[in-house]
Amino acid sequence: MEVANVIDEKKAKFMTPFEGSSALVDARPELKSEADLALTEIAVPTTRTEAWKYTRVGKIVNHDWNISPSTAGDIKEITNLDAYRAIFVNGIYDATKSNLPNQAGVTCQLLSEASDALQQMGELSDHNSDWLEALNMRYAQEGMALSVEANTTLDKPLYIVHYTDNTNVAAINRHLIQVARGANAEVIVHYVSNQTAKSFQSCVIESFVAENAELQIDKIQEEMTGESYIHATEWTKQARDSRFNIRTVTLSGQWVRNNLNIRVAGENCETHLFGTYMPRAKEHVDNHTMVDHLVPHCESNEVYKGIVTDKATAVFNGKVYVRLDAQKTNAFQQNANIVLSDDAHMYSKPELEIYADDVKCSHGSTTGQFDEEAVYYLRARGIGEASARKLLVQAFIKEIVEAIGDDAVREYCLNRLEERLDQ
Amino acid sequence: MLEIKNLHASVEGNEILKGLNLEVKPGEVHAIMGPNGSGKSTLASVLAGNEDYEVTEGSAHLDGEDLLDMGTEDRAREGLFLAFQYPVEIPGVSNINFLRTALNEIREHKGQEQLSAKDFLRLVKEKSALVELDGKLANRSVNEGFSGGEKKRNEIFQMAMLEPKLAILDETDSGLDIDALKVVAQGVNAMRSPERSFLVITHYQRLLDYIVPDVVHVLYKGRIVKSGPKELAMELEEKGYDWIKEEVTA
Ligand SMILES: Nc1ncnc2c1ncn2[C@@H]1O[C@H](COP(=O)(O)OP(=O)(O)O)[C@@H](O)[C@H]1O
Ligand SMILES: [Mg+2]
Repeated sequence: MEVANVIDEKKAKFMTPFEGSSALVDARPELKSEADLALTEIAVPTTRTEAWKYTRVGKIVNHDWNISPSTAGDIKEITNLDAYRAIFVNGIYDATKSNLPNQAGVTCQLLSEASDALQQMGELSDHNSDWLEALNMRYAQEGMALSVEANTTLDKPLYIVHYTDNTNVAAINRHLIQVARGANAEVIVHYVSNQTAKSFQSCVIESFVAENAELQIDKIQEEMTGESYIHATEWTKQARDSRFNIRTVTLSGQWVRNNLNIRVAGENCETHLFGTYMPRAKEHVDNHTMVDHLVPHCESNEVYKGIVTDKATAVFNGKVYVRLDAQKTNAFQQNANIVLSDDAHMYSKPELEIYADDVKCSHGSTTGQFDEEAVYYLRARGIGEASARKLLVQAFIKEIVEAIGDDAVREYCLNRLEERLDQ
Repeated sequence: MLEIKNLHASVEGNEILKGLNLEVKPGEVHAIMGPNGSGKSTLASVLAGNEDYEVTEGSAHLDGEDLLDMGTEDRAREGLFLAFQYPVEIPGVSNINFLRTALNEIREHKGQEQLSAKDFLRLVKEKSALVELDGKLANRSVNEGFSGGEKKRNEIFQMAMLEPKLAILDETDSGLDIDALKVVAQGVNAMRSPERSFLVITHYQRLLDYIVPDVVHVLYKGRIVKSGPKELAMELEEKGYDWIKEEVTA
């Protein structure tokens, strides 16, 4: 009992600063009470919880965060990107820095002001049994609602920046994306910080990709000089004949947990998930993905590649479910890792659960060191050892970064990667 | 050009080279023949600086510079080139990008300016034509998915690009059909010059019809046991190595 009390006190202390922010859930009282219930009833996950075996939620819950506005002026962003902009600084929408789509057939507004989207909020996400998702639902400060009408193509990507610049600041956001029948949209989500102290970002994105529609998401995560704690979750539901592609590039981050959940609920869908991570020093990057094939004739393809060095840790857990009805599914999953030091850790766990019998599924997980023969070959042509290793790192990760459709985003990632390798 | 004296080298504790002597003068082409397992590739690896091999005694100098004292990349920068018997595949690293990096690091080492993109591409075009290497291969990942013959031609293409002082060809001809062999030989012959030397390791006399050597050596059990003019290769082709083995043990 006493132990429970101590834990409850910690929970309460952690949540107190967020009490005032509930702009989204206030519109949905039933969600609010569900989230409240979950937050009270569910224990904070520990490393004894299977899904959190290697990633400590305590690092977030045992710290005192605050909700506070920006103190500085400029933000870090991909400047040469031709896109609409939705800028959040410390979780707070900054209208002066933003430039929302103003296109026929496209509605893009704050989620707190989008009554239709608010009604759909929570349809996919798991605020009832996942403690951190319940936290997000209960205390989300603001978010975007993007809705692209039937047969409309969003003419430029929507670039959402989550920027933090305050000490011990927490930013809690959630977005909702609706891509209607035959429509197309591309969204870039950039998590970036620029401060010497810590920040905690929690973000949930729910996406609905309708019949024959297409949604592309690029997710870029990095910290500058400080420590970023990022809990980022995507929930996507695909209707028949739709395409959903998502690229997750974690350039740096003290503590990063990505949860990618895709429900392939219509026939003839295509789903591509690419991801890369390169933690070093004591960084920790955890990618959990789930592709749920519910119906026949769909194809999913997942490739995650990582380079882990120093005392860093990376986790990959990729679940693919092929349900009884999902005949003729093609599901492919690959996780490849290079571990560069004895103190670095890589935990890779592909999990395929296949209940249908007429399917093509494969998965592979490799964790190894550098191909020293390749290093020798490059050196034998006059290339110094350091640049030989750099070439090989770039070659290994290139497949992922080159899958990014937008030129400016791809260039940005390649440059940041190069800078990181030069440090 | 190349001066090897009493070279002893071992791998995993086994001595493979057991006191090898060899001198190659500028402009000369020397062939090294010998039965399988006699140490030919070991010699090539030791000269190129492969760290799996330990030199226990002796010396090797390139134009008076102590080769054994240099790292692999510095040997290459000083003008040593090894065409590998088994070139490795390097997925994701394009041939072009790799060669530009190599060429520029070599130029930097020599205090020369970086090659402009235009000059580099002109050079690629010229040299790939020399070995009839499909332009598309230049843009592909290093050796990835190349046929055996393409890999060997890619080695000669790289040699042509890097213009070494001393090129060592380790069984570049093995497994090639006659047309591919001619292309490789043509590439080598086009590069022969009074300032450049070649060490051609081969199993078959056939190559030496196209690349005519100044001297032929027989390597056996880690030593050069016989040297002679190009006719020695013909004799080996006809009689095999047994008579050499007998001579050595006698
Ligand atoms: N990396 C290695 N590890 C263990 N043994 C080796 C290695 N390289 C060569 N050897 C051994 O050294 C001997 C000479 O090999 P090698 O130089 O490849 O001969 P050749 O090229 O003349 O056929 C052989 O007995 C071979 O098994
Ligand atoms: Mg050999």
